[in-house]
Amino acid sequence: MTTWLPWKIAQKELKVISRKKSIILYTLGVPIFISIVFTILLSSQTANGIPMTLSLGAESIIYLFVILATFLPSTIAAYSIVGEKVEKTLEPLLATPTTDGEILLGKSIAAFIPPILSSWLGASIFMGATDYTLLKEGLGYYYFPNWNAATMLLLLAPLAGVLSIQIAVIASSRVSDVRGANQIAGLVLIPFVGIFFAGAYGIFLFSILNLLIFSLILFILDLVLFSVSKSTFKREEILTKWK
Amino acid sequence: MLYILKSLLTVVRLTGELGSMMIEIESLTKKFGNLTAVDNLNLNVAEGEVFGLLGPNGAGKTTTVRMLCCLISKTRGTAKVGGYEVGSEENVLKIRKIIGLVPDNVGLYESLTAYENLDYYGTLYRRTDSQRKESIEYFLKLLGLWDKKDSLAGTFSKGMKQKLAIARALIHDPKIVFMDEPTANLDPEAAKTVREFILNLKKEKKTIFLNTHNLDEAQKICDKIGILNTRLTALGTPEELERSINGRKTVIQLRQVNETILDSLKKLGLKNMKTEGNKLTVDVVSPEEENPDMVDTIVKAGGRVQTVTVTSSSLEEAYLKLVKENSP
Repeated sequence: MTTWLPWKIAQKELKVISRKKSIILYTLGVPIFISIVFTILLSSQTANGIPMTLSLGAESIIYLFVILATFLPSTIAAYSIVGEKVEKTLEPLLATPTTDGEILLGKSIAAFIPPILSSWLGASIFMGATDYTLLKEGLGYYYFPNWNAATMLLLLAPLAGVLSIQIAVIASSRVSDVRGANQIAGLVLIPFVGIFFAGAYGIFLFSILNLLIFSLILFILDLVLFSVSKSTFKREEILTKWK
Repeated sequence: MLYILKSLLTVVRLTGELGSMMIEIESLTKKFGNLTAVDNLNLNVAEGEVFGLLGPNGAGKTTTVRMLCCLISKTRGTAKVGGYEVGSEENVLKIRKIIGLVPDNVGLYESLTAYENLDYYGTLYRRTDSQRKESIEYFLKLLGLWDKKDSLAGTFSKGMKQKLAIARALIHDPKIVFMDEPTANLDPEAAKTVREFILNLKKEKKTIFLNTHNLDEAQKICDKIGILNTRLTALGTPEELERSINGRKTVIQLRQVNETILDSLKKLGLKNMKTEGNKLTVDVVSPEEENPDMVDTIVKAGGRVQTVTVTSSSLEEAYLKLVKENSP
């Protein structure tokens, strides 16, 4: 595999994505919107002093950005692969001297970067606004950043993003439109949302240990699904069997 | 002695041809489950040749091109492209480096400009920055698209898109270009431009493998034509195919046909002689040799010849007959 070629493929994908206003609005808008909404909510909670459940609440909200980092890449990955299939641009691409792995990696990089950056941006806005609010309310230190948030954003979110991309690639071989691929890939959210509610109701604790175990599980799943998605992305199958 | 010399010359000619073969196909077969898409295909395409593969929808033309471009696997048989064996894992990238593909659907990135489309493919073919810049400028100017280089491909007309797709297939200076219906859905003017461009490629010694429905186009630009209907039903130059169906006919218009003239002509042993009014139609193999004899015989029998015309069946007639006869 040529190391620079996947990056060149990713650059082209990012260029195409940057010209699709709906994808930009969606990828950038959702994390920023969530950060603003929850900053306002958290500020209203702290109006009568710092709540006891601050830790649980703020950490759950940071986890929401992990969910976003899981959800958003599947949209771009589905567009990047199914979109090419729909627009009939895959055949000339597949006839070039590029390997399946180079194409897949390039598309995965492009699907990974914008959502993870926008999730980090949203989380940063939320953390900054929360710190400002809490300092104003009398908390004598900066609540964020902390190790829990760092583990979630720097470890869990990227691994979840990769998982989402692999599922989107596998889903792309089974559907004929971007929406269909999105719907299948969206199923990956179910366990993540379940953990969010478990965290919110105190059943799951967003401790460093729990987050590391969760990350390890995701890492293993990523490795397994990468080999599955790579075996799905075969030129002959794409041209003759993909719906 | 003469026989030995002729045989030697034939061997030398064949060896020369085999040495410059860019596509060699032997018993190539592709099956999708129980469906046979291409059955036992045998053909060769020489360097610098424009080969046209004709056939109805579903005849296996696109499947053949996809097999030769290493996009799909073959079920049986062998094929070599540029001397590299198709189907061998180690040759896949080597073959793809020396071929260019214009698929039946242009497949351009509509949200990228014409320049960006070509630049991307130039990168995929590992061309350097300067090589890409030079090739892009050359092809866009040659195809009259230079002024539109910064326009999005999505805003182009069908003809412009087709030209851009051809430029994309040539950006890495391939030896062999596969074109799948390159003039389909184009207006006559755009189709003519594309055909002229293909002929220019021939001058540059590029080998062209052309899938087409357009018989007129095949006749105008192809050196050799194969008619495919799952199996290859005919192979030859356009002229050979035309002759292969009904042969050639000589039509002689006389001032007056009479029994004496007909009796004299019958003595020449002519095949399938028919009269219609004062017009005679005769099947001929070599009109250059047979026509003077016929005219001479008519004149000696007291006849007066007004016109002599040689006709042959059209490629369209040949195509329709072969496809009908060989429907699977």
